[in-house]
Amino acid sequence: MATQHSRSAARIMISPAVLLLLAWMIVPLALTIYFSLLRYNLLMPGTERFVGLLNYKLFFNNPAFFTALLNTLLLVGGVLIITVVGGILLAILLDQPMWGQGIVRILVIAPFFVMPTVSALVWKNMFMNPVSGLFAEFSKAVGLQPFDFLTHAPLASIIGIVSWQWLPFATLILLTAIQSLDSEQMEAAEMDGASPLSRFWYITLPHLSRAITVVILIQTIFLLSVFAEILVTTNGGPGNASTNLTYLVYARSLLNFDVGGGSAGGVVAIILANIVAIFLMRMIGKNLDA
Amino acid sequence: MGRITLDKVTKKFGDVEVIPPLDLTIDDGEFVVFVGPSGCGKSTLLRLIAGLEDVSGGEIRIDGKPATDLPPAKRGLAMVFQSYALYPHMSVRKNIAFPMKMAGMPEDEQKRRIDNAARALNLTDYLDRRPGQLSGGQRQRVAIGRAIVREPAAFLFDEPLSNLDAALRVGMRMEISELHKKLDTTMIYVTHDQVEAMTMADKIVVLRAGNIEQVGSPLELYRNPRNTFVAGFIGSPKMNLIDGAEAKKHSAETIGVRPEHIDVSASEGTWKGRIGVAEHLGSDTFFHVHDTGLAETLTIRASGEVALRHGDTVFLTPQADKIHRFDAQGLRIA
Amino acid sequence: MARAVSNRRKVGYTIAAWIIGLAIFFPILWTIVTSFKTEAEAISSPPSFMFFNWTTENYTTVLERSNYFRHFWNSVVISLGSTVLGLIIAIPAAWSMAFVPAKHTKNVLMWMLSTKMLPPVGVLIPIYLIFRDVGLLDTKTGLVIVLTLINLPIIVWMLYTYFKEIPGEILEASRMDGASLRDEIIYVLTPMAVPGIASTLLLNVILAWNEAFWTLNLTAAKAAPLTAFIASYSSPEGLFYAKLSAASTMAIAPILILGWFSQKQLVRGLTFGAVK
Ligand SMILES: Nc1ncnc2c1ncn2[C@@H]1O[C@H](COP(=O)(O)OP(=O)(O)O)[C@@H](O)[C@H]1O
Ligand SMILES: [Mg+2]
Repeated sequence: MATQHSRSAARIMISPAVLLLLAWMIVPLALTIYFSLLRYNLLMPGTERFVGLLNYKLFFNNPAFFTALLNTLLLVGGVLIITVVGGILLAILLDQPMWGQGIVRILVIAPFFVMPTVSALVWKNMFMNPVSGLFAEFSKAVGLQPFDFLTHAPLASIIGIVSWQWLPFATLILLTAIQSLDSEQMEAAEMDGASPLSRFWYITLPHLSRAITVVILIQTIFLLSVFAEILVTTNGGPGNASTNLTYLVYARSLLNFDVGGGSAGGVVAIILANIVAIFLMRMIGKNLDA
Repeated sequence: MGRITLDKVTKKFGDVEVIPPLDLTIDDGEFVVFVGPSGCGKSTLLRLIAGLEDVSGGEIRIDGKPATDLPPAKRGLAMVFQSYALYPHMSVRKNIAFPMKMAGMPEDEQKRRIDNAARALNLTDYLDRRPGQLSGGQRQRVAIGRAIVREPAAFLFDEPLSNLDAALRVGMRMEISELHKKLDTTMIYVTHDQVEAMTMADKIVVLRAGNIEQVGSPLELYRNPRNTFVAGFIGSPKMNLIDGAEAKKHSAETIGVRPEHIDVSASEGTWKGRIGVAEHLGSDTFFHVHDTGLAETLTIRASGEVALRHGDTVFLTPQADKIHRFDAQGLRIA
Repeated sequence: MARAVSNRRKVGYTIAAWIIGLAIFFPILWTIVTSFKTEAEAISSPPSFMFFNWTTENYTTVLERSNYFRHFWNSVVISLGSTVLGLIIAIPAAWSMAFVPAKHTKNVLMWMLSTKMLPPVGVLIPIYLIFRDVGLLDTKTGLVIVLTLINLPIIVWMLYTYFKEIPGEILEASRMDGASLRDEIIYVLTPMAVPGIASTLLLNVILAWNEAFWTLNLTAAKAAPLTAFIASYSSPEGLFYAKLSAASTMAIAPILILGWFSQKQLVRGLTFGAVK
């Protein structure tokens, strides 16, 4: 396969992709790091100067940062728990014999294809609105006081919306994994007298462990960057109650024009994502050998 | 037209030398078979000639002109792959036309050659099918058709029959031999099957671990194997190779006797033994004889139907002028 | 006996699955239903599910009064443009990695993926400032560039896994047949990889269509795709449920349909081949 000719051709053909991605990675990254060391406000052009780690210090000393960090972790953790547990149960259910399996599958997967701004708006206005939303109507119908989700439980509401968007992803991948389970192995266990619960525990779950890990890692990458749902529903509020790290950096830099402070937040977000990425890359890398 | 010369050609994959320095000349119009056990470097050698791999050292010349640095397209060679490597998205016609299209040949000439090839290869009715709709033998023929329309300086075949079933294999073997007679173009044919080598080749090149063990016509290799490896590899069933005291009697380290060169008698002979497995093929009978006092089990081939069976005692006598003698290095003693 | 039991079970599974499936799908269904109501019916209490005057006036209003078509067109240009550009860059790269693997191929692939893990917010500010300075803010070109780069690793990766399944001998055969590298890619590799390339295209159009970080941050009125257009309904004066529903339905319908066709590829593409 490989001659000198084809090897040099290969090098030329791969270089546009490599160079573009290299530029895409290095230039903004270097600039973000550089900005994070400056006092740099877009409203005060010409006053930029080097301030060392001051932005980081301010960022870490700002209570909003810890709120945002905590919210980020709650958001990621909450959605992960809901989607993974829900996804496993749903995948097992969808793997059972039934009528109209294909249609049910399509119904379950649909939310994944809804753009984030649409799903956020639909949930906010048509379901969670305390006056005319469906939940309020339901409360009134059973004689309860309507609950103002986005005011009194903003983060939980967002977790709910985001979970609705990602449950299909987890279900689809786990279902694919379940369907690759050797049915003879199941039948052998059944012959051995294993109860459904122990079959789930000793065969299905270990078989799924790899897919579960993949779901967790990939979702984490995306969930760390949840943005549109917050922007559309709560704008991070009330106060900072639903501000995550991504939204905080956005608010800092594009709403308050504090480029230095925003960049410091960006660097923190990068570090956080990298911790997850390292594990994810290991997994994918292992698979590449096989 | 198709004279190919390899001059101290070597090939390394990383640090592993798969082909140590190797010299070989293939004459125009010759049918040369590279034969050897799997993994010995036959395909690698063929791909070096094709230009699909770079040599690590040495030179390749085609018709006297240096070809070492030419890309495959410029060498004027055609190759038939083990997997046939047909283009699955093209009809048979388009597959065969592809090399001519790449060469920018006029349409009517292309058509003429496609029709000729299709007729010669019995593909006329299948020209508009896709490769996926053909049987293994037909695919094989399309691959050959794609090769011949280019009128290459030489054909390269890499185990072309190994994906076919036994009956088809014999038929295709003959077709390829006839094709060679008709075209009179150089063919280099790789196989691990010594029967294919013996039946098709003008010249056999026996390879082991990238080394040429012997080059010669099928009968030369059969009569005068240069060493124990060639002796054991060429011929079926395998030659009996006997070490120890019996060999010493012939002042050799090892002696070899082909199964068909041992006479069987019920009453007298050099070795007395007991028949283990007897394989009755009708035209021939093979015996595996134990307890002869030799360390080795001997294989005997007798013509026709022989009424000896498992457990019978037999006497064996090697034909004196058919005994091959080898020294401690396994080399033939003249 | 055994059959009866398994049939009873099957009924149970069917009922449970349909209830859950419909519940998950309900917000979308409700949006579609609401889009056919008048504004008054849309907020009527109690809400009506079926028995109202079905009307398409919201669609007409949205199409007439807003720049819906412009934003729709922006979405089409941005998602298709970035995907096609990505494919043009990625096909040669994937060819290299699949058919001429070198010692570092695996590392290059992994590194490409790692760029995907960079959180967008980490590079938002420099990109925003660069775009502002070179005049790419609120342009389709700017978004095409960003989305191409964002999705390039996925495109390369998906193509790589598809190309890997094509036997290298066929490409070698084309080389023996006198094909140049260009011929090899255009006449042999690409047609053979059409299903894989189509899946890649599909998934990336979906991802680009729904991308809502860069599109929201880098566009204003002019180049905004549907994601940003819909977001503008969140302002209090835009609170017309029926019209919001009509606009939403139109924004998600094309992708819902494409998406249902691409379930399999979705798994493969989004897990980078780790789950097949
Ligand atoms: N691309 C390659 N990289 C590394 N080693 C190779 C490569 N191709 C072949 N080899 C090695 O070279 C030896 C000869 O291979 P090959 O020519 O395919 O043998 P044959 O065709 O005789 O069965 C084998 O040991 C094989 O493992
Ligand atoms: Mg081989």
